[in-house]
Amino acid sequence: MDKIKNILMVGVGGQGIITASDILSEAALLDGHDVKKSEIHGMSQRGGSVFAHIRYGKKVYSPTIKTGEADVLLSLELIETVRWLSYANEKTKVILSETKIQPQTVKEYPESVIDSLKKKFKDFYLVNPIEINKQNGSHKVLNTTLLGVLSNLLEISDKSWEKAMENLVPKGTYESNLSAFSLGKKLFS
Amino acid sequence: MGIIKLETKDKKRKVTNNRMTNKNLLSGNEAIARGAYEAGVKVGVGYPGTPSTEILENFTKYEDVVTEWSVNEKVAMEVGLGSALAGKRTLVTMKHVGLNVAADPLFTASYIGANAGMVVVVADDPDLHSSQNEQDSRHYARAAKVPMLEPSDSQEAKEFVRYACELSEGFDTPIFLRSVTRISHSKTVVAFEPKLNYEHDKGFEKENIKKHVMIPAFARQRHFVVEDRMKALEEFSNRIEINRIEKGKGEIAFVTAGLCYNYVKEVFPEADIFKIGMVYPLPMRNLLEFCKGYEKVYVVEELDPFIEDQLKARGANNIVGKEILPVTGEYSPELIYTAITGNKFKGMEVGIKPFARPPMLCPGCPHAQTFNAMNKLGLTVSGDIGCYTLGTLPPYSAMHACVDMGASIPFAQGIELAQGSEFKHDVVAVIGDSTFAHSGITGLINAAYNKRRILVIVLDNSTTAMTGMQPNPFNGSTITGEETVVIDYQKLAEAIGIKKDNFRTVTAYKEEIISETIQELLAKKELCLMVVTGPCLIYKRKKEKNNG
Ligand code: SF4
Repeated sequence: MDKIKNILMVGVGGQGIITASDILSEAALLDGHDVKKSEIHGMSQRGGSVFAHIRYGKKVYSPTIKTGEADVLLSLELIETVRWLSYANEKTKVILSETKIQPQTVKEYPESVIDSLKKKFKDFYLVNPIEINKQNGSHKVLNTTLLGVLSNLLEISDKSWEKAMENLVPKGTYESNLSAFSLGKKLFS
Repeated sequence: MGIIKLETKDKKRKVTNNRMTNKNLLSGNEAIARGAYEAGVKVGVGYPGTPSTEILENFTKYEDVVTEWSVNEKVAMEVGLGSALAGKRTLVTMKHVGLNVAADPLFTASYIGANAGMVVVVADDPDLHSSQNEQDSRHYARAAKVPMLEPSDSQEAKEFVRYACELSEGFDTPIFLRSVTRISHSKTVVAFEPKLNYEHDKGFEKENIKKHVMIPAFARQRHFVVEDRMKALEEFSNRIEINRIEKGKGEIAFVTAGLCYNYVKEVFPEADIFKIGMVYPLPMRNLLEFCKGYEKVYVVEELDPFIEDQLKARGANNIVGKEILPVTGEYSPELIYTAITGNKFKGMEVGIKPFARPPMLCPGCPHAQTFNAMNKLGLTVSGDIGCYTLGTLPPYSAMHACVDMGASIPFAQGIELAQGSEFKHDVVAVIGDSTFAHSGITGLINAAYNKRRILVIVLDNSTTAMTGMQPNPFNGSTITGEETVVIDYQKLAEAIGIKKDNFRTVTAYKEEIISETIQELLAKKELCLMVVTGPCLIYKRKKEKNNG
């Protein structure tokens, strides 16, 4: 595979983007790819906007994705999807967890975000977090389910996904993460 | 001397390309720690500061090393120098603004040199992800006459630490390793090598006062040594593998270093590139020779025109750099591409303007009540660096100045000095516990000594929260979690001459009491110290998790 895969994960501090992006990066690495990942730390974690760029392929140079070149945009928060749209194009596949996080300082959350997004993208995977949490029996593994959805769009082997989770999820939660992952995998396959 | 030895060794040196045999994903900071471990570095010291913090935190995890969070960067630099002169390879870490604090010993360390390798890692923060300015630390290399290496990914970050140790020893000098946020916090593939068991043959040489005691007579002599060393280093810089030309199709040519090298490769994979690994001193002879071969050469470097200016000063007149590239913010592949070709990358939009998410104090943060109280009292608040800097923004809007670590206390004194008899006693200085230990105490001593009449409030949340919960001299544990002394505020206040009655401790959760105490102390019209205690919520949760 010569073409580099570009995945952008976005959300709000505290939503677990870093761990999710670590799992994807590790899985790509285990599958034999060169991998680079860039993330944000520090101040922005205090309720700020958070992103992780993951790029893998034969030889990756830049740790950041270029404008308009994300293959997949995985978003954990509605308005964050909009914030990072400049990295997407019409062919970008969007996975969106329908979560809204409204800062104290914001009076009104913009309306009809989902509709406007749906019009723009052909491949649009909308996940209802309440439904998924019910099915998972926990809200702690939502991101793993989203990774399961993501796995349908990438050519990373199940073995590598599983090994990456084993290496990176907290001890004793591997089983629950594994089933959350399979749930996501089945969701849109 | 060591230079000859190094030359032959360096000829064989190749930047590792066999990344596929043994692959690990490491952030630049983790890679620097790994590099130090592999190089047989024994001592690691520093002061936390984003984006440099994780270097020392990771280094601490390796066996057979000793580490400390020093109280500030100046102290770290001095401890590091002592350790290197005592014969142990040493790592000193800080962020760019921390290097300002450490600048005093740095300039003289360059005269004194090092026995075993002394590697000073400084992490710059282009685009100010979490800093008060955007300074370019490369100027310090030049000003202090200390060589500087700059890696372009985690693999190089790891390798450059080892190489830096060798250079430091070979040239008898401290050496810089420069990182930037996007190197420190990006993960790229790293191949591990076994740990080197390094032993320097010399420990601290008591007799060598001409090298270690910088009175003018000795320092004057050392300055010649430093100048000769820099000449030798520049010559050396022309011969090393980390400063290399990558031949492409010859249609477009670049001079670049560090992270920017990867950006250039990304958008101009077939360009001719002079990749600089040692950014100071530059391989000037080779660079000028390279530049001659083209009609136009692009110099791509974030922040200041450091390489560009030196090339221009040495007569390269076909250089294009800051005319088309910004001196502010972070670069990106498309920024470079657009600046050079004029072509833009296009992204999507849907016509909705996302609201901003400014960083905020966590809900329930112990600092909240104090800021609310100060806001309601309409005080003028001289602030400092830490989570509580966020007290500047709504809904608190209660901080009116913030310069650097420790500045809040002297800044307030400045207001008093300026206002003289007009001074209204509505000025308070706020500072956190870690920052107070870093450089607040000296400011407080200054206030006591000079009979100033301000109120100083220490917001003690039991940790260094902003950089990720590092311990400090006010909370009883060291970098490795070992129990240690806790500075007693009251005794400190007494010792420096603050009246017993002008000292108060209150809890962070009762706004009314905080407000009353502030008013009471301000009414005294004398120097007062008030400590507001309440542990950081995140720290508390973390601690409970670890215990439970
Ligand atoms: S990290 Fe701690 S000190 Fe900082 S804002 Fe959050 S609760 Fe407050």
